[in-house]
Amino acid sequence: MSDKIMGYRRENGRVGVRNHVIILPVDDISNAACESVCNNIKGTMAIPHAYGRLQFGEDLDVHFRTIIGTGANPNVAAVVVIGIEPDWTQKIVDGIAATGKPVFGISIEQKGDLETVRQASWKAKEFVHYASELQREECDISELWISTKCGESDTTTGLGSCPTVGNMYDKLIPQGITGFFGETSEITGAEHICKERAINEEVGERWHAMWKAYQDDVIFAHQTDDLSDSQPTKGNILGGLTTIEEKALGNLEKIGRECKYIDILEPAEAPAKGEGLYFMDSSSAAAECVTLMAAGGAVLHTFPTGQGNVVGNPIVPVIKITANPRTVRTMGEHVDVDVTGILTREKTIDEAGDDLIEMIKRTANGRNTAAEALGHREFSMTKLYRSA
Amino acid sequence: MSNIPQLLVHDHEDNVGVVVVEGLKAGTEMLCVVTHDNSSFKLTANDDVPIGHKIALKDIAEGDTAIKYGEDIGKFVGSVKQGCHVHTQNLKTKRW
Repeated sequence: MSDKIMGYRRENGRVGVRNHVIILPVDDISNAACESVCNNIKGTMAIPHAYGRLQFGEDLDVHFRTIIGTGANPNVAAVVVIGIEPDWTQKIVDGIAATGKPVFGISIEQKGDLETVRQASWKAKEFVHYASELQREECDISELWISTKCGESDTTTGLGSCPTVGNMYDKLIPQGITGFFGETSEITGAEHICKERAINEEVGERWHAMWKAYQDDVIFAHQTDDLSDSQPTKGNILGGLTTIEEKALGNLEKIGRECKYIDILEPAEAPAKGEGLYFMDSSSAAAECVTLMAAGGAVLHTFPTGQGNVVGNPIVPVIKITANPRTVRTMGEHVDVDVTGILTREKTIDEAGDDLIEMIKRTANGRNTAAEALGHREFSMTKLYRSA
Repeated sequence: MSNIPQLLVHDHEDNVGVVVVEGLKAGTEMLCVVTHDNSSFKLTANDDVPIGHKIALKDIAEGDTAIKYGEDIGKFVGSVKQGCHVHTQNLKTKRW
């Protein structure tokens, strides 16, 4: 018998675990209007960000996918979109409207902030009334889309918190969930293992070509010195990680022993091949990666940390898992699942995986994560190159 | 006393292990557990080593490959005695 959770079933059939009404800027200069609407109408959340003007090509595609994907995410009940001009605003509205959820777009040019905020506030109020009457209903755990990315890693993540996530995926992927992992640069040193974890040779070759392109076009094209101070990061090094290979091997523990990934996703791209595990080409920076996976449709994020990363996300609950007893002692308010027992050999990986699944269910049912309670709403757009 | 290990080793092929307790002092006879099969052995720490940092399981020469998870994690750029601290001062990536 599979597990049940209480979620919000959206118009397109997807299941969400939160019920946000968001005020979404198309571009950086529409942040102020969005924040004004949020201030006027309680129960809404503005999601300001830094970009959206004079982007082009693949970089613009990532921007649109990220904004549309955020609005389309099943954790969001309804969306007000505000942009400086009407065309790109409408493009975002149309993208989100494809899910069937309520969405309203408005542009600032020829109106000004005040009139825009007036109209948008009326609509936002209507959306809050709508969303606040939606009820949770029983859904199968297999309907959840769950992502992972680790941060402020140390050697304890490879020993404890990452294998805990891996054990969860080994148990829930066969039940039919959709999973995401990524962090392209942090597979360096374990790429031979990652390639082998593809469902077949064709997918493995495509994964390797994507990873190699990142190495050649980004890392080696832009490095100005030895990367030993960036990957691993200073925090990783303080935690005892010495090399990128060591970090990568620990990182890859997050996909467990059995799972095979079935496809490769572009940054912020939604999975389209059904249930299973996907690799998303993504930054290893915490907020950027979680933002991309949320835009891809993940409704819950599992985040192993060693030294204590504090990241959250505006629309997706980020569940923190650590095996490091010093981190539990010094910054325990950020920890949702304490798996230090793995290091003391008082808890097995299998038991820790069950603990995480239990916390996933509680979080899906409505428990606020540490990051939610502490107000972490980091929304960071991935930028591929300079704007025009 | 307790059977809580001070050092965890991923795999039998590894030549480094990870300190998993705070405040480990030189001279401590460590209980070391190989997580792959829960087998254990004893090793004396020769340095004060912080939690999360690595210790050499045997004498290692400059140029040797560091093995952890049974995999190559880089090259030793200095020799290390058994029981001593392994980190950026004596181990470097082969990638960059």
